[in-house]
Amino acid sequence: MGETTAITNDKGLALRAEGICKQYGKRVVVDVDHVEIAAGETLALLGPSGAGKTTLLAILGLLEKPDAGQVYLDGKPVSVRDRVARRQMAAAFQSPYLFKGTISDNVAYGLKLRKVPVGRRREAVSEALERVDLEGWESRSALTLSGGEAQRVALARALVLKPRVLFLDEPLSSLDPLIKGRLTQDFARIIREESMTTVYVTHDQNEAMAVGDTMIILRDGRAVAQGHVDDVMGVPPNEWTAYFLGSEPPLEGTVVMSKEGLVGVDVGGLVVHAVGESETGARVRIGVRPEDVVLFEGDAAIPRSTARNHYSGSVVSVERWGVMYHVVLDIGGVRLASHVSLASVREMGLETGSEVQVVFKASAVRMRQTGLA
Amino acid sequence: MQVFVEAIITAFALLFEGSRELWNVIVVTFRVAILSTIAGFVLGVPMGFVMGASRFRGRRLLIALTNTGMAVPPVVIGLVVMMTLSRRGPLGFLGLLYSVDAMAIAQTLISSPIIAGLTAAAVASVPYKLRLQARSLGASKTEEALLSIKEARLGVLAAVATGFGAVVRGVGAVMMVGGNIEGQTRVLTTAIVQESRRGDFGLALALGIILMLITFTMNGFLTWYQHSNERFERG
Repeated sequence: MGETTAITNDKGLALRAEGICKQYGKRVVVDVDHVEIAAGETLALLGPSGAGKTTLLAILGLLEKPDAGQVYLDGKPVSVRDRVARRQMAAAFQSPYLFKGTISDNVAYGLKLRKVPVGRRREAVSEALERVDLEGWESRSALTLSGGEAQRVALARALVLKPRVLFLDEPLSSLDPLIKGRLTQDFARIIREESMTTVYVTHDQNEAMAVGDTMIILRDGRAVAQGHVDDVMGVPPNEWTAYFLGSEPPLEGTVVMSKEGLVGVDVGGLVVHAVGESETGARVRIGVRPEDVVLFEGDAAIPRSTARNHYSGSVVSVERWGVMYHVVLDIGGVRLASHVSLASVREMGLETGSEVQVVFKASAVRMRQTGLA
Repeated sequence: MQVFVEAIITAFALLFEGSRELWNVIVVTFRVAILSTIAGFVLGVPMGFVMGASRFRGRRLLIALTNTGMAVPPVVIGLVVMMTLSRRGPLGFLGLLYSVDAMAIAQTLISSPIIAGLTAAAVASVPYKLRLQARSLGASKTEEALLSIKEARLGVLAAVATGFGAVVRGVGAVMMVGGNIEGQTRVLTTAIVQESRRGDFGLALALGIILMLITFTMNGFLTWYQHSNERFERG
């Protein structure tokens, strides 16, 4: 079980689930203790494929019955049979799964099931299409759209119902990077503007960061990390989560200095400065995102900066990760990762064994207390 | 070759004359075919949907049985229906043997497994997530089923057309339970058997041409419908 940070929001919890368990045959697909989503917030369900994200979404969205556990909508226990509750939810999936017919037929589908009169239906459809930047597309065939357009229609089809909880299952992962980048921003904006409670399934941490307020990271059906996005991303609660999120495991240390909102943490002999408050002697866990770690050549004169953390170390490995290089460093036995551009790797001639200077700001260090002084 | 030339000339003469007897045979043929296709549709499509779209114990067995049903020789079905409806049979009291109803019953037993089996295949090809999507927008079980069938409509239509075709072209079962009574239970296929046995190839061929025209019209319609759908999908 991962660590949990309390989720609080003055609007209260929109969706909650306890002890959710689902098996297919003998295989446990989902086994999650609790899920909470505050009204108007977005929960990102992150994890590799096959981790049980979609199954958990289907259970929370009252599309599938769990073997054990209970889902609560606005505090009331609800189930798959609960038609009223089910109609307060709407989903869009990875493949848009548009129905044969026009775009308007598709967007109006849920309204038709709810017996909304034709006039109001038409109004709501054109409004929803406007929300997703497809105004005036009503009469086009749904089966002639590009991936991005189809995904917008799928979102409009769910948004038009003004659901209490919106479920999005990897809505962007089948798109090419250019459209995906744009739609991630668009979706995040739309969800925010509608201040809709949302469950967003993805295997892409950037997407999760862009849309999520809180997150659950699933591995083999179990929640290995759970809490606010910044906390989980900043200080992953365990090694697997850290590697999954593309950083080195968090460092365990003891606070040795605390003054004016700045603390010094002793991590195996290395003192790392972090912004925060803590008592001297407290046990803490710290994490530094690879994006925040800057490297300089071993003998370079470093420009004066506000960065408090400055060490010498050596390169353990250099791996290409898409457009960036993931460089793992050893600083007197402490491991950190840094993301470096291709140009920098070439210029500095980075390779295993290279001596480098490692610099990062105190404000880039995330800290969580794990034990008292 | 003489025999063909003569037969074709007679056939067209008969077709253009359109004797009462000929029309009667056509009407009975359609009555039996339409009745048994509708019954096959009502029984076969829901059963096909259940087999194609849901998971339950015994599903595979049911599919295997249905597929067997699709291949059972019509004469065997004719035999069973005949025994059931015969005076000593369990439903003998209905007095249905050698009637249009009896033929429709036998032909329904032929058409419904065909329609069920092909509908199951068509519905199974509708992605599960599409149904999950419909469910997530508030669809009930029935609405979800209707949507799946609508999505698979070309396949379902082909299933119904195949069922209709099997019924129109069948001869064994209708011969046995209908009895080929002139003016009552004589249909195109049994009439062809009758006329060719009598050596009246002209009439038999005329009936054969009509039968082929019916099949051609059916398939033509289906192809047109399929094509117009594809065109729609391509935009």
